Amino acid sequence: MTFPILSIIVFTPIAAGLLILLIPAERKTAIRVAALTAATIDLGLSLVAYVSYDMAAGGYQMAEKIPWIPQLGVSYHVAVDGMNLPLVLLTGVVMFTGVLISWGIDDRPREFFAFLFILATGVFGVFVAQDLFQLFFFYEIAVFPMYLLIAIWGWQVTREYAAMKLTLYLFIGSVVALVGGLALYYTAGLRSFDLLELQQAAQAGAFSGTVSLFGAAVPFQVFWFPVVFFGFAVLGGIFPLHNWSPDGHVAAPTAVSMFHAGVLMKLGAFAALRVGIMLLPEGARYWSGLILVLATVNVVYGAFIAMVQTDFKYVIGFSSVSHMGLVMLGFATLNREGLTGAGLQMFSHGVMTALFFAVVGMVYDRAHTREIPKLGGFAKVMPLVAVAFIVGGLVSMGMPGFSGFVAEFPIFMGLWQRQPVIALIAAIAIVVTAAYIMRVIGRVFFGAMPAEFEGHIGPITRKDKLALVILAGILILIGIYPAVMAPMVQSGADAVLRLFGGA
Amino acid sequence: MTVPLFEPWMVQALLPEILLLVLALLVLLVDAVWHGRSRTWLGWFTAIGLVATLVAGIVFSRPHADQGMIFGGMLRDDWLAFTFRILFLFSAAITALLTTGVKGVRQKGEFYALLVVATLGMNLMAAAADLVMLYLAIETTSIPLYVLAGFLKQDDKSTESGLKYFLFGALTSTVMLYGFSLLYGLAGGTNLYLLAELLRAGEVSPSVLAGVLILVLVGFGFKISMVPFHFWSPDVYEGAPTPITAFVSTASKAAGFAVLVRVLLAAFPDVQAYWAPMLSILAVLTMTIGNLLALAQRNIKRLLAYSSVAHAGYVLIGLVSLSVFGVTSVVFYLAAYMVSNLAAFAVVILFARASGSDEIKEYAGLSRRSPGLALALMVALLSLAGMPPLAGFVGKLYVFAAAVESGLIWLAVVGVLNSIIGLYYYLTVLKVVYLYRSEYEDKAIGVPRTYALALGLCVLAIIVIGTLSAPWLAWATQAASSLF
Repeated sequence: MTFPILSIIVFTPIAAGLLILLIPAERKTAIRVAALTAATIDLGLSLVAYVSYDMAAGGYQMAEKIPWIPQLGVSYHVAVDGMNLPLVLLTGVVMFTGVLISWGIDDRPREFFAFLFILATGVFGVFVAQDLFQLFFFYEIAVFPMYLLIAIWGWQVTREYAAMKLTLYLFIGSVVALVGGLALYYTAGLRSFDLLELQQAAQAGAFSGTVSLFGAAVPFQVFWFPVVFFGFAVLGGIFPLHNWSPDGHVAAPTAVSMFHAGVLMKLGAFAALRVGIMLLPEGARYWSGLILVLATVNVVYGAFIAMVQTDFKYVIGFSSVSHMGLVMLGFATLNREGLTGAGLQMFSHGVMTALFFAVVGMVYDRAHTREIPKLGGFAKVMPLVAVAFIVGGLVSMGMPGFSGFVAEFPIFMGLWQRQPVIALIAAIAIVVTAAYIMRVIGRVFFGAMPAEFEGHIGPITRKDKLALVILAGILILIGIYPAVMAPMVQSGADAVLRLFGGA
Repeated sequence: MTVPLFEPWMVQALLPEILLLVLALLVLLVDAVWHGRSRTWLGWFTAIGLVATLVAGIVFSRPHADQGMIFGGMLRDDWLAFTFRILFLFSAAITALLTTGVKGVRQKGEFYALLVVATLGMNLMAAAADLVMLYLAIETTSIPLYVLAGFLKQDDKSTESGLKYFLFGALTSTVMLYGFSLLYGLAGGTNLYLLAELLRAGEVSPSVLAGVLILVLVGFGFKISMVPFHFWSPDVYEGAPTPITAFVSTASKAAGFAVLVRVLLAAFPDVQAYWAPMLSILAVLTMTIGNLLALAQRNIKRLLAYSSVAHAGYVLIGLVSLSVFGVTSVVFYLAAYMVSNLAAFAVVILFARASGSDEIKEYAGLSRRSPGLALALMVALLSLAGMPPLAGFVGKLYVFAAAVESGLIWLAVVGVLNSIIGLYYYLTVLKVVYLYRSEYEDKAIGVPRTYALALGLCVLAIIVIGTLSAPWLAWATQAASSLF
């Protein structure tokens, strides 16, 4: 038997989380060291998995399949391909840097890391899942701990409200998608939840029947696609179901915001792609027009709202809404450029937004305010933080030489082929993005520092520095040398396209 | 079909019930002769007896492959009865353990004896194959439970609980008995498995039969706390000694369902077209009303009471799916619900021992007072809410899957929307536990070993059923298959 690398990646966090719960609460350093060890193992293993993926062979690799509930055809089935492997790496990176950033948490760190790690297991589990049941199983595990993480350790003003809102939104989305998933399962008639088998059945026409809706015969895929797609896309932040996300981002503690915007939103987008688009291609084709429109609203509206925020963290929160819109736009093009761009954008935005939230957290911890007009001159006292934020900002604007360009350029290419008008409208957002990023950089990091902060702003720790360097480094690396990721994502996109009869 | 009245091997099938009778008498005897000061071991004695019965039942009383009826058609020896028997005995054993620390009841031998007798009645309910036997079994279960609910004579709420339970129970049971008598009149027989054929031969009109069925359902609806027969449950749950609340909400409800599925599927297949839609609507009402009323509760026992009403609604979804998988999901869901609810009540008892209160707001700061207890409560409530990797998630999934399989997609949708309301109120409890502060945070809550054992068992079961559900599903399928 080969080394079960994916399973170890998936279960290391939860095992570590349970072990951490056994450490006495007052031994905080031991708790942190244990957390960092687990995060290091996971980052290392996801890097190993990433590097050892055989590009020449392509397809799903490192597969493991064990029967789980054989009566229903449920198996524990994990595998990676060009689409999900970068996301596994992303999770490893965000987990590692998130632990570094959270070193200073002093209120019940044991529970904090335990919940964070349970969440991490859920995230990894969804990304590598090749079984629909397993995907739902881990999806819920990923969603729930967020409630406690935000409600307990979040920003006191809004945390209760934001945590409840987020949990209910996401839970509604996922259970609605679950009903859709069950309908797919029974309609396929295979007594199997295996995604690859369902995919083959879909290709063979298992989902080409009709559903009777108030007497009218609606094609099966047209009926069920929106149920599944939008159920998951809630977590991807699609307009008008994005409302939970800025509130949630802002209320969450730094590491959780990083996880939340950086990884969890990709979870929704990825599941919408994996279950919605890949199992129901005809439905996807039918509804792609609507998704294009909604995602364009995301992109443009998110950018404009970010522009008028005075709270630093809300700016980043709405920028996530805007950037996730680009991912959805890429999906909806249903062509090679668009899907490749969307895959790259998921990774790039994940790292970028983790970087942003890390910076916001560092500024807030020192200034105790996030009101942009009250801040200023932080570049002098924390130069590395300023540089990191500028790198993130350039990525966000889609500047060539940074990963944002590598991701957004193909999306716009694909969009142009599909619908030039949408491409033009969405392009407005890039200008607006540049404007709000410039504004934040100018106001927060440059200019005069308000008198009350003079001499009170301490330097950041070495662990914080390491986290920033890793995140910024990845963004630059992909920007100047896209070949480390683009071909892999492209192979994943090609696999999706084959389901649409093209390649 | 002639079933011999008695053959020696039938004793073996009835062994657990015989052992329970012996146990009840032993408990009374031991109680009478022992006058020591520390008598909490009576609970241990009962629990060990129940576990021994459980083991004996599993080892010696597996259903005979080819034998259905025993004792002249009074009882049925099948996997459904077998499976429910295990659930009841498990629940009763945990209840006995949970009683060992409750003031006012822990040292009373008659309390434990009544618990054992009620369990005996439940076993017979699950196995009953004849209307007469069924009625006797239901009463054998109910009467001890009335007494147990009102056991705390000094406590007004407990007295009220017992009386209310009794009045509701007596009334619904009378209506049910009237239904039974009409059935006998229409069919000329009392055996559940012959009833359908007799009714067919008598050419009873389906609408008359459906009317009679409604009378019968009143009694069953009371047992499972189905809307509109749920009014007793919040008051009874609140006032009864908490271990009894746990027992009534788990074992007694499961017993009601055991009877319900058997009677409906064995005796009334011909009028499915009447009762299946009716129960679908009642399922929707039960879920929705239970969940909505739970939202407004300030007392944790009342909250769990309304949530248990809602859970009866989810289980009904499985029943009206009218398939093997549907009944499987009923059995599975009840097992998952049972361990989760027992764990939740274990925490409630422990908390009340330390603080003397069941108010949700008093739970503030629990996660700082006793992190382990808070975690156990979280596991239990999240399982009830249907979160993976816990038992409740798989249970709900199976129930909804059964509905989708049978084409009842609308019912599955109502179910999932209801589970969101459920999540909301469970989260409001967890919010108090984890988020709010209190002045007692430095006072840890004592957890006696007995409770640690009971709670640990339930939590372990919640996780095991949730993650490795295949063997339990196989078992539930076997139980369900005996009805088809």
